Amino acid sequence: MSHQEIKFYQTGTFTVGNRLLEPDQRSVQASMERTNSLNSGHRACQGCGEALGARYAIDAAMRATGNQLIAANATGCLEVFSTPYPETSWQVPWIHSLFGNTAAVATGIAAAMKIKRQKGDRRDVRVIAQGGDGGTTDIGFGCLSGMWERNDDVLYICYDNEAYMNTGVQRSSATPPAARTATTMPVGPEPGNVFGQGKNVPRIAMAHGIPYVATATVADLRDLEYKVTKAMSVRGARYIHIFVPCPLGWGAASHDTVKLARLAKESGLFPVFEAEYGEVTGVSKIRRPVPVEEYLKPQRRYAHLFGKQPHVETIAKIQAIADANIRRYGLLEAGAH
Amino acid sequence: MLKQCEGSHAVAEAVALCRPEVICAYPISPQTHIVEGLGEMVKSGDLKDCEFINCESEFAAMSISIGSSAAGARTYTATASQGLLFMVEAVYNASGLGLPIVMTVANRAIGAPINIWNDHTDSMSQRDCGWIQLFAETNQEALDLHIQGFKLAEELSLPVMVCMDGFILTHAYERVDVPSQEQVDAFLPPYEPRQVLDPAEPVSIGAMVGPEAFTEVRYLAHAKQMMALERIPQISAEFKSIFGRESGGLVRPYRLEDADTVVVALGSVLGTIKDTVDEMRAEGIAIGVLGINSFRPFPLDAVRAALKNARRVIVLEKSLAVGIGGIVATNVRMALDGVPARIVTVVAGLGGRAITRASLHRVFRQGLHDQLEPVHFLDLDWNIVNRHLERERETRRSGPIAESILRDIGTVASKIG
Repeated sequence: MSHQEIKFYQTGTFTVGNRLLEPDQRSVQASMERTNSLNSGHRACQGCGEALGARYAIDAAMRATGNQLIAANATGCLEVFSTPYPETSWQVPWIHSLFGNTAAVATGIAAAMKIKRQKGDRRDVRVIAQGGDGGTTDIGFGCLSGMWERNDDVLYICYDNEAYMNTGVQRSSATPPAARTATTMPVGPEPGNVFGQGKNVPRIAMAHGIPYVATATVADLRDLEYKVTKAMSVRGARYIHIFVPCPLGWGAASHDTVKLARLAKESGLFPVFEAEYGEVTGVSKIRRPVPVEEYLKPQRRYAHLFGKQPHVETIAKIQAIADANIRRYGLLEAGAH
Repeated sequence: MLKQCEGSHAVAEAVALCRPEVICAYPISPQTHIVEGLGEMVKSGDLKDCEFINCESEFAAMSISIGSSAAGARTYTATASQGLLFMVEAVYNASGLGLPIVMTVANRAIGAPINIWNDHTDSMSQRDCGWIQLFAETNQEALDLHIQGFKLAEELSLPVMVCMDGFILTHAYERVDVPSQEQVDAFLPPYEPRQVLDPAEPVSIGAMVGPEAFTEVRYLAHAKQMMALERIPQISAEFKSIFGRESGGLVRPYRLEDADTVVVALGSVLGTIKDTVDEMRAEGIAIGVLGINSFRPFPLDAVRAALKNARRVIVLEKSLAVGIGGIVATNVRMALDGVPARIVTVVAGLGGRAITRASLHRVFRQGLHDQLEPVHFLDLDWNIVNRHLERERETRRSGPIAESILRDIGTVASKIG
């Protein structure tokens, strides 16, 4: 029988098309043996990007480790919606300690596992730490940097929805310029979050020289599964930064979560790449370049840019950020425009 | 085995004998020598199957401890002063989760003004955090309390803070009896956690609890401390049966027979107080001492039983609850509800000020003659205080208090520029 190579996007999205693939090529989520580590019945909002990202990430990590996995979770949406008393959605051993210490808690678990192995436990139990952008790029940053610097055997996953959603959409150091939050109001001559602030945590992770750093979005869940699987094949400190739209916080339709994630990547605003020991080793090219307006317009957090008098200059400044990313990471296919 | 060694070294040896599996270290004086000693033992291989982690802050040290303890590892760390305050959120979390971490607090003052010397303000600030707090009087007792601490913590699934006076104990060279590994193994069984992160049996630890059950969870924490009130004397007795010496327990009465006046205190100052009381007893003065070993849980019944015949109680404490006075005294008053004794607080030894026998003789005699105000500050220099109050009356821009006072008294540190 003749073989025809299938490209994932021929089926319309990155996530489906499994019926066209050999079983061993299918996604973890398409498998009957998936672990449902973050089980259904939790209380995330409709269209929650974080729930989607966490489900794929943890199930992929479970498969990669033969279900020998422990997860530590920062305070935040993911923690609150998954464990309202007296219920839990977690099918993995899971601990929530505080908002700002998740990387350190994971370090402790990894240390305990190392000693258990030394003492004869034959299982190789691995550790994931996870949190939102607030718990990662702000309050948990000290512990995160410490974990990286010691090269502890932990995969830290940041689900970045660009603000403190659990407390009511306040600005974090991951909030992009011009975005409206409850603490960067769309008022005054320069409405929304200011330009020139924020930190690029994947780059800071790379500066620690750790074995593996990657970014991903919930628009390309195959890529996310691949990166988690790859991360679990490596020892030492690893970091994956996942872009997860928040319908509530962004003022977006709940059915647009995946679309917005794709537009963030395709516009160049969120570069998707991976890096090893501080060097970029791969980028996800932009397939269909789009201007940033296409990404910004469906979101009410940017509505003030598109009123009767559009903030043309502000939009141009955002486009300049996207263009800089495209240049820096070489995001365009040769010849694509 | 008898040894002449530093208090910190004695504690490091005791902790090592308890076969810890994870030790977190962040440097802060005067606790540093303890974890330095342990780090050397791990690196040299003398302490096997133990992970020694240098971390980036005390907050991380306690957080790593939370992770390792929840994953079933016997876990130890040490801190002091600002370090204890920096980890407070995680300190409450460890007790809230019921994780039996043992931590040494090398007691030191809290700034500002920054001060590295001994008092009890750090531990006292955490008296309601849900940890058991045991205070050591001597280096031998500090050593012993760590061994007892692991047993108590793991039996009850509660963290234990062993408090020892910074420098006065941690840096003092004394003779200590270091037990054998066989003795410690006979006393302290391997850690068998009540809850553990294990892929074979997944649990969620640290889930959110709302009004429907929060009170019950908090009550259970209290109930466990009440259980500790029963277990602490029993563990002390078990300890004696194996190691042959008295150590720990709830309270330590000294010459209370017929004592009209009783001095209550915690920690190493008990030695100086006992010497002073011996001299006063020799003069025929009916005075005694009650040492409190367990500050949390606070042994209300034991304190009441020990003090029920006293006419005067002098609570000498190395901490100050600004705005009210004594912390220990407040607790002692609760124990003496309905007992007609006069209770006064003597705040002493703040920021490492020496508590001398001469000063104790003076203040105890004032107490005997009911000449002490309810809150008395031992050896307070009123000239310094009044000069500064006068300065504040005279000028709005009176400047930083600490610097102004250093200028007044002409210490080297004040000679800036």
